[in-house]
Amino acid sequence: MSYIESVGKYVGMIRQVFSKPERLKVYYTRTLTEIETIGINSAGIVAILSVFMGAVISLQTASNMDSPLLPKYTIGYITRSSTILEFSPTIISLILAGKVGSNIASEIGTMRVTEQIDALDIMGVNSLSFLVLPKVIAAIFFFPFLIICSMGLSIIGGYYAVTLSELASHEEFVYGIRAFFKVSDITYALVKTCVFAFVIVTVSSYFGYFTKGGALDVGKSSTQAVVWSSIVILLTNFVLTQLILM
Amino acid sequence: MIEVKNVNKSFGENHVLHDFSAKFEEGQVNLIIGQSGQGKSVLTKCIVGLMEVDSGSVLYNGRDFSKMNRKERKDIRKEIGMLFQGSALFDSMSVEENIMFPLKMFTNMSKKEMQERADFCLERVNLSGRNKLLPAELSGGMMKRVAIARAISMKPKYLFCDEPNSGLDPSTSILIDNLIQEITYEYGMTTVVITHDMNSVIEIGDHIIFIHTGRNWWQGTKEEIIKTDNPEIIDFVYASKFMKNLKGKLA
Repeated sequence: MSYIESVGKYVGMIRQVFSKPERLKVYYTRTLTEIETIGINSAGIVAILSVFMGAVISLQTASNMDSPLLPKYTIGYITRSSTILEFSPTIISLILAGKVGSNIASEIGTMRVTEQIDALDIMGVNSLSFLVLPKVIAAIFFFPFLIICSMGLSIIGGYYAVTLSELASHEEFVYGIRAFFKVSDITYALVKTCVFAFVIVTVSSYFGYFTKGGALDVGKSSTQAVVWSSIVILLTNFVLTQLILM
Repeated sequence: MIEVKNVNKSFGENHVLHDFSAKFEEGQVNLIIGQSGQGKSVLTKCIVGLMEVDSGSVLYNGRDFSKMNRKERKDIRKEIGMLFQGSALFDSMSVEENIMFPLKMFTNMSKKEMQERADFCLERVNLSGRNKLLPAELSGGMMKRVAIARAISMKPKYLFCDEPNSGLDPSTSILIDNLIQEITYEYGMTTVVITHDMNSVIEIGDHIIFIHTGRNWWQGTKEEIIKTDNPEIIDFVYASKFMKNLKGKLA
């Protein structure tokens, strides 16, 4: 019953988030700030993770290719496909759910327990829209850039891992990357990323906004935000894969 | 004027406000006093619309808040200033940005005009020149004063203060009390202050409401509260040895 209640509360929250903003200029400025906070500030960790993720994928692929019938370019092909289709959009989104999600939940949760949200409400500001909408826009706008960078860096990581350890030549890896390429794979990945961006921001904001109590409860909300964002990402990933690829 | 009529509010089995009625007059400092857990904060949250009442009505100059649509409520809220117990300053904004925030959201003032208004409000609370400081760089008393400056920046008709003296030393408390009283008279606001502090009662209370078990137990002036023989008020007002001695001396 409480889950159904929570879903109802979440839907109600989303409706309020997308109600008409009071002052567009203020929202615009806030969106730019949020792009920096939740987007640009996440670039470093995304870059590091992506390079090593790509390197490990290619090394794992190479080490599992026992049959001499499999051409070496398969390493590049599998690295590219798994990176574009799953690893970059899904795994990086899960990482962002941890970094950005906990940040959002603790920020909004702290504002709740220190009565800053009450202050907004009393002024007549739609606190949900004011706090959450700029984050949603920033994430949906910027996460696709992060994921595209992640794809590129993963492939570069994979390339260096394989070529430096002489598991495949430069030509073989590059041929694999280019083989059977479909633009629709990128579209699929970016659609998924936008949905995940929405999920991360709104689920985390939900837990932050409805925090009750004190500092300890802010911590709990932050943890719940990460856990539930991750679960919802995995569920929507399954549904979207069924809908788009099948 | 704000009028509260037969307001009831419960949380599950816990009936917090029982048929509460009171009037808060314009141009006066109205104090709500009472022990912890008697419903003072709930009453204030019901009046400002942070909580919905179960029954009864809250009238702002005769307009029933509970029957207003979203836009009308929004308009009323622009006329309300509130000083929270913990100041509730936006910690990502500087002092000046905090004060300019409601102006940015709801007025068409130019940046220069907003700046001038912020300077004026800061001067009014004796904090000139502190524009660029962040809330984390301020003392408790300064934070309260900035919160007052933010509350008056939109020239509100109604000012609510939730325990403005909590956590402050006696001299800063008096400073805040006097500031609240001065701006109430200056702007002719309807001011409602929740407090436990008996100094505030004596210092600034024009009209005092004693809330007990969620009811309007007693109301009157500061002169009347000192003379009353209501046992609940005597228990509350003369709880400390100092006040008991003072009462003995006065008697």
